[in-house]
Amino acid sequence: MTDVNLTLVLVSAALLGCGVYLLLERSLSRVLVGLVMMGNGVSIAFLVAGGPAGAPPIVGETEGEPMADPLPQAMVLTAIVITLATVSFVLAMAYRSWQLNSHDDVQDDVEDARIRRLATADVTSEAYGAVTDSPGPDDPREEPTAEDLGPPREPDEPAKPVEHTDPEERP
Amino acid sequence: MNALVPLPVVLPLLGAGISLVLGRYPRIQRWVSIVVLVGIVAVAAVLMVQADTSGPQTQWVGGWPETLGIVLVADRLAALMLLVSALVTLAVLGYSIGQGMTEDEEGAPLSIYHPTFLVLVAGVANAFLAGDLFNLFVSFEMLLFSSYVLLTLGGTATRIRAGTIYVLVNLLSSTLFLISIAVVYAATGTLTLAHLAERIADLPDHVALMLQLLLLTTFAIKAAVFPLSFWLPDSYPTAPAPVTAVFAGLLTKVGVYAILRMQTLLFPDSPLTDLLLWAALLTMVIGILGAIAQSDIKRMLSFTLVSHIGYLVLGIALANRAGVSGTIFYIVHHITVQTALFLIVGLVERRAGSTSLLRMGGLARIAPMLAVLFFVPAMNLAGIPPFSGFIGKVGLLQAAQQNGSALAWVLVVGGVLTSLLTLYAVAKTWAVAFWRTPEEAHDALAALGREDDPSPEGGDLPIRHRGHLHTATGVVSAQDVADARRLGDDEQPDRDLHQLIQAGDDNRRLPASMVVPAASLVVLSVALTAVAGPLFAYSDRAAEDLLDPTTYIGVVLPDGPPEERP
Repeated sequence: MTDVNLTLVLVSAALLGCGVYLLLERSLSRVLVGLVMMGNGVSIAFLVAGGPAGAPPIVGETEGEPMADPLPQAMVLTAIVITLATVSFVLAMAYRSWQLNSHDDVQDDVEDARIRRLATADVTSEAYGAVTDSPGPDDPREEPTAEDLGPPREPDEPAKPVEHTDPEERP
Repeated sequence: MNALVPLPVVLPLLGAGISLVLGRYPRIQRWVSIVVLVGIVAVAAVLMVQADTSGPQTQWVGGWPETLGIVLVADRLAALMLLVSALVTLAVLGYSIGQGMTEDEEGAPLSIYHPTFLVLVAGVANAFLAGDLFNLFVSFEMLLFSSYVLLTLGGTATRIRAGTIYVLVNLLSSTLFLISIAVVYAATGTLTLAHLAERIADLPDHVALMLQLLLLTTFAIKAAVFPLSFWLPDSYPTAPAPVTAVFAGLLTKVGVYAILRMQTLLFPDSPLTDLLLWAALLTMVIGILGAIAQSDIKRMLSFTLVSHIGYLVLGIALANRAGVSGTIFYIVHHITVQTALFLIVGLVERRAGSTSLLRMGGLARIAPMLAVLFFVPAMNLAGIPPFSGFIGKVGLLQAAQQNGSALAWVLVVGGVLTSLLTLYAVAKTWAVAFWRTPEEAHDALAALGREDDPSPEGGDLPIRHRGHLHTATGVVSAQDVADARRLGDDEQPDRDLHQLIQAGDDNRRLPASMVVPAASLVVLSVALTAVAGPLFAYSDRAAEDLLDPTTYIGVVLPDGPPEERP
């Protein structure tokens, strides 16, 4: 393939890049938009893969001129149909999530939540607190609340897990 | 040409259509599903005999010119996978009919279960038979979409939470697969596997390596190879037992099958042994360490599932005949055993009211049949002789020893260690769920519920250490403590097995229609030991085919690649 359409490559790359960015969002509806953009980016990548543009690949319609490669076009059609199904399914799921939780955020993995608990309750792992307990507006739900950490400890107990969860109080 | 080859895909798709139309008649739906699956078992058995005696069976679908159309190929490996998956899905179908699927699921749409299940079966069969990369993609989408629906069946809060992660990870991997297909097509101009095998050999090394890594990443996500396995243990356990069982048995194995096919057919000269050996080692060890930390049987089994994918990758990484043959044998063993275990845990859930190890005890006394059904596949999974798990592991470890490199020996040690730790994980489950009395379990759980209670009668049992608790049952998380507190709560009654027995509310009888399919899978997994000799001989022949793909290519493209024809 000597002759690649640079515009198509750039459009495909931009769509894929934006799609990946949106995929990393918490809200399922933004993730969905990201998936659609990625799907379109890939479809355009297929056009690039199909080689240079040509006459419509219909037998009897074009005489002499080189025809465009019909195979990638067939694949793109299949991919578009699959993307349609994806969109409808994810939309239904986001709506159900909104019905149940009144938000459509992707929720934490059970194991992640467990490790987070262990780390926040663990006085020895200061490094964890320093890295993740940032006061930024990232997602307030991610920060452990007093309820997550259970009732306050007796004063004579060595572990005081609640202390370093509030970054303001740390030296 | 063999017109039988497309049947395992066509039959379930037709069946899915019929049972969707007949959604109001659950009886007919069940019979359609049973007839279709029995038909697939028969076709797969015939295909396996044909593939073994007269070489790979092919069918170019739709009469398109070769390499333009879609080819379905049933060689020894594909036919074997087809037969095992059909047998396993038949058992799971029987079990789910016995369970009634919606009996304990308020508001779940019964009528879509059978059509979705059949589309899943069609997707799995198509993935095994696919002779070109795009058809493989379509079959992945078929089985993934049915799995999305089955996983979120009923749309409860936990299933939506787990389903979101599962769906997003798999959509991402599907996109990655599409990108790889576009890149492969751009580099070679074809997607038929047999044709690709010849064209990839002509590519510059770095281009071929990029294609290989792209495809490998895609399939590793499906197969749950570390570090791409994180999504599995969280999403599988929330689904209904038969759904989890069929996912655990088949979906990851489809990924492993794709890796095996790709490594042997498309990239025979670049086995990436070191990379895959590391992946295998980490998958095995990290997976099983996760399993030990669990206090729920379903989650424990999901982690062992990840862990044992490592054994399969080990055989593929070695890329010698013994390794590939061991992998094929181990896939057969693992599909049956893992599915059987998940079905039996479904029975445990029914009998004991939950799958949490903290909430049950004494099942060996109150349900001895169930105990035997759990014990046999559990020991099989751990690799205790004479079960097939032992034979498969010995085969794989011998292959590693044949390879002889230092890393391969590390894998031998890692494999034995994983086997021992699997034994530890299932033995812990056995001791806690089956041996101690329900009363002991209740007392321990009640003590756990008082864990933060400073009063003198509370908390003599657990010892607080680094934020979690060590009790007789092992490590429990604060979530379990919160659950334990709800035991005594009158407003949200959430009773454990002991309380259920006291109140006479426990499910004494397990329906035979559920026990028989689960038991037949256990019998099948034990029978693998009896037929281990012929099966290993068969997998050896299949491995020979895989490592020398000229027969495969010759059968698919009998006149050679199109550009070389006169």
